[in-house]
Amino acid sequence: MTELAGYLRSDGRKGIRNIVAVAYLVECAHHVAREIAQPWRENDVHVIGFPGCYPNAYAEKMMERLCTHPNVGAVLMVSLGCESFNKYALERIVAASGRPVKTIVIQGTGGTRASIKEGRAWVETQRAGLDRQETVPMAVSELIVGTVCGGSDGTSGITGNPAAGRAFDQLISEGAACIFEETGELIGCEHIMAARAITPELGRILEQSVAKAARYYATLGYGSFAAGNAEGGLSTIEEKSMGAYAKSGASAISGLLKPGDIPPRGGLYLLDVVPDGEVRFGFPNINDNAEIAELIACGAHCVLFVTGRGSVVGSAISPVVKICANPETYRRMAEDMDVDAGRILEGRAGLDQVGTEIRDLVVSLGQGARTKSEELGHQEFILTYKSFEPLGPSCLPAG
Amino acid sequence: MSAPVPASTHDPRLILLDPRDNVFVARMRLPAGEAIETGAGKAALDRDIPLAHKIARRAIAPGEKILKYGAPIGVATVAIAAGCHVHVQNMKSDYTPTYHLEDERKEDERKTGMNA
Repeated sequence: MTELAGYLRSDGRKGIRNIVAVAYLVECAHHVAREIAQPWRENDVHVIGFPGCYPNAYAEKMMERLCTHPNVGAVLMVSLGCESFNKYALERIVAASGRPVKTIVIQGTGGTRASIKEGRAWVETQRAGLDRQETVPMAVSELIVGTVCGGSDGTSGITGNPAAGRAFDQLISEGAACIFEETGELIGCEHIMAARAITPELGRILEQSVAKAARYYATLGYGSFAAGNAEGGLSTIEEKSMGAYAKSGASAISGLLKPGDIPPRGGLYLLDVVPDGEVRFGFPNINDNAEIAELIACGAHCVLFVTGRGSVVGSAISPVVKICANPETYRRMAEDMDVDAGRILEGRAGLDQVGTEIRDLVVSLGQGARTKSEELGHQEFILTYKSFEPLGPSCLPAG
Repeated sequence: MSAPVPASTHDPRLILLDPRDNVFVARMRLPAGEAIETGAGKAALDRDIPLAHKIARRAIAPGEKILKYGAPIGVATVAIAAGCHVHVQNMKSDYTPTYHLEDERKEDERKTGMNA
């Protein structure tokens, strides 16, 4: 049996990284947070945060889940002082998880310079403590893996996405939980997807989630579709969807999650990223990193990112594995890519072979290997306003 | 509608993802005027085809569904001849309109034949 090395947390979950998260609670504290983290840019101190000044239940849940993510070992919160974010509740939750936590309030500390000094001193102590933490054995079945596609083109649905789907099928057969997403990019696939649900009720819920996405995007007047998708040969949202859907592989679908919901057991899950209710706060996800942050908030230890046009992003908190679907893009941007799935198009590799390569790469991340985006220092993060209803009882049928 | 053709007889530079499809996917860049083998005869490409773009496998009537992966991905807005580039200029979504940018510089180069 393959063995990974994990950092054990008090809730029994294990992380494959041991990060100090520096979390700003309003944009006004972002600069101070960034400056606190700056000396450790290459040593697992990551900046996350919420820019809004006004309260939002979704954003608070996201921040809770990220600050208690198994890859996070300690949390420094940076508050300006007058924002609405409930810093008291977040600090209580992080402390209850057994993690070291501290809140710096800039207005109380005496301004920018004093806050940076105090923050850096705390991070230095925590970093040293986390660096001494022993790892424990971790099984593949304890992994949660997300997948997203971005900068998609006509190659994505033929090479990278189905290869990621093959990796998902293997990981699920080994007991891992895998999460795919973007219901706005499943428009046209809802019926074939619903047929894979483990119960008929769940199948109807999956169809409803896509219908909700179609309504939401119709109100906005745009699909989940960027100009570069068209330049790369994708002509319609249905075509993009058929390609994106291939990321889900062929396993049965065990449940529907919303951002911040942790899969209760192994299996395949759809993450519903489109807000409930009337259209508010704009686009469901304003870019790929908003989706990546939501997968990580669901507990994803790492995220498989399939790109055709050539995205370079990584993420705070969890490593991002970049799977390049387009062989021309790979030749231009190999330094940013972990997997060359375009070989499939040129007859130099098969889907199963690349799928196994991706699965093995995921396991290696739990054995100390780093992704290209981690080595290049990518730690993108974004969180904006949204609103969701809680999950209904049929979303997670007993397995 | 023309009769289905055997999948094995088409040009190796093109991918047929599903036998029901009325489009091929280009496995590599192909130049305008290039002759391709559709499996039911030869056809000439109407313009340069970038990697992974779609090419009509046979004549497609206005209003006919475009089939890729064996599934409808939109509808033809005009008559499309075999060998033509199938994209936003001759098909549209059945759901939401497709947002795309025109690169005027590239368009000018194409018109004046200066494309390298």
